[in-house]
Amino acid sequence: MRLLDPTAELKPEGRLPRTRPKTVFGKTVGLLDIAKPKGDIFIDRIEDLLKQKGAKTVRYRKPTFTRVAPIELTQKIAAECDLVLEALAD
Amino acid sequence: MSKYRLFVKESCGTCNLIEPLLPELLNQLDVELVSQDDPNFPEGYTVMFDESLERSYRANIEIVPTLIKEHDSGEVSRIHGWDKAAWQEITGLQFSIELPLFQPGCGSKTLDPGMPEILAARFEADKLQSRILEFSADDDIEACFDQGWSDGLPVVPPTKVRVMRMLSGTKRDPQEYIGAVPPDLGRCTIEKIALNAVLAGCKPEYLPVVIAAVEAALEDEFCMHGLLATTYFSGPMVIVNGPLARSIGMNAKGNALGQGNRANATIGRALQLVIRNIGGGRPRQVDRSALGNPGKYTFCFAEDEVGSCWKSLAEEKGFAAEDSTVTLFAADGVQGIVDQKSKDPDSLSRSFAAALRVVAHPKLVMSSDAFLVVSPEHERVYREAGWSKQDLKDRLAELLMIPGAELVAGAGGITEGLPQKAVNKVLPKFREGGLSVVRAGGSAGLFSAIIAGWAASGPMGSIPVTKKIIV
Repeated sequence: MRLLDPTAELKPEGRLPRTRPKTVFGKTVGLLDIAKPKGDIFIDRIEDLLKQKGAKTVRYRKPTFTRVAPIELTQKIAAECDLVLEALAD
Repeated sequence: MSKYRLFVKESCGTCNLIEPLLPELLNQLDVELVSQDDPNFPEGYTVMFDESLERSYRANIEIVPTLIKEHDSGEVSRIHGWDKAAWQEITGLQFSIELPLFQPGCGSKTLDPGMPEILAARFEADKLQSRILEFSADDDIEACFDQGWSDGLPVVPPTKVRVMRMLSGTKRDPQEYIGAVPPDLGRCTIEKIALNAVLAGCKPEYLPVVIAAVEAALEDEFCMHGLLATTYFSGPMVIVNGPLARSIGMNAKGNALGQGNRANATIGRALQLVIRNIGGGRPRQVDRSALGNPGKYTFCFAEDEVGSCWKSLAEEKGFAAEDSTVTLFAADGVQGIVDQKSKDPDSLSRSFAAALRVVAHPKLVMSSDAFLVVSPEHERVYREAGWSKQDLKDRLAELLMIPGAELVAGAGGITEGLPQKAVNKVLPKFREGGLSVVRAGGSAGLFSAIIAGWAASGPMGSIPVTKKIIV
């Protein structure tokens, strides 16, 4: 029996995650707030812990949680950071 | 030099009537005889037997006999049936045989019931670009489940014939690109929408509505990606306005928000299947809804416009009465409102406002939008008092100005609520334009309903989008 494919027929690109660094010491960690309530409180606390471990931190914020991050923001983060931490949900 | 093609079928009385003309015709002119149903008709002549009907299909034969005159550049003219004067003119011959002056032809075999889409699948399926999947299984419905194409209910297996039949519902090119469907940004064409309309169980005449719904969903201000991914309840609801809603038989009356009407059921479902199959949006994957709501199977109805004294939703948005539109709204469930005693518009509006107060949470304001669906029996109260839809909306806006003291966190012993700085303000329950009103429902029942929206309503989240339906 033959049926037509109703999907977008996408072939997902197989990508492996990069190797996690053994330490955050000396690394630049981006902290992305997705603009949900209290995301900033969570990130403030994480930022303290990261600084104690010798990381440099940079703060970013999405304009709204309802849409994917603007491409300029993701490009900026990719250019400026070694690692990214994102605060999702409430 | 002219060439001719004569399409006939043995079972046609008129084709038999003109058989005595053939010696004269074939002696004087270059004529190809094409028979649709019998290789030996007309008897004694060289006949091209169009068994597969490809010749007839490609020549768009609708009636037999059809006589087509061609030059090198292509078809010059054609006539069908028997009309002595017309035949003499197209051939330049004076027929000596005695025949009646006129006799109509018969339907071409290409137009027998079911044949147009079978022939389209046979001869035009190369216009389809979707990949063909072969299954060895016997059960085509189970195969569709196994592929993950279903929303939990059986889908209609998408065969070539079904897809070609569905595409007859639109004049648009199957390869017309509509957009990228979130979350995977899957490439969506008219053909892909038609495929999912087949899965949903749509009829071809519903396809333009489904296409308009997909176009609306892909507008940035509708925020389909966020709506899909949210932990909130909501999914897209489709409201159809205009003459097309009636001509395809949608339900705006009894049980309008419920089951039983094929157009209502399958149009909403087709949109959800597009998000699932083309966009890759699936529950517990990118769709993180904590509870969801039954409307995520399908949520689609028509506004009850005929006989209403109110402007329709489409007219409120600036469309003409003869336009047909879809409006998409990020909706969750249905909240019923009972009011069987109010006979005046002020009392009924206060009932509505009291019920609207609790949308999302009694202490949350300007988060969710809402639709108020007013039944005909309730709308009658406003009609008899001469209130327009806008009068009702204005009154509700007044009644839904809420003191901040009731809304702040801690008020009423409830931690949820607004920051303390709101305590001395008076705030509207809905953002400007956030409350919409439509009429729908059966003629008996002093009940109306609220359909609340996504808590991220408005410019930073989802705004209802209206699109004109193009056939």
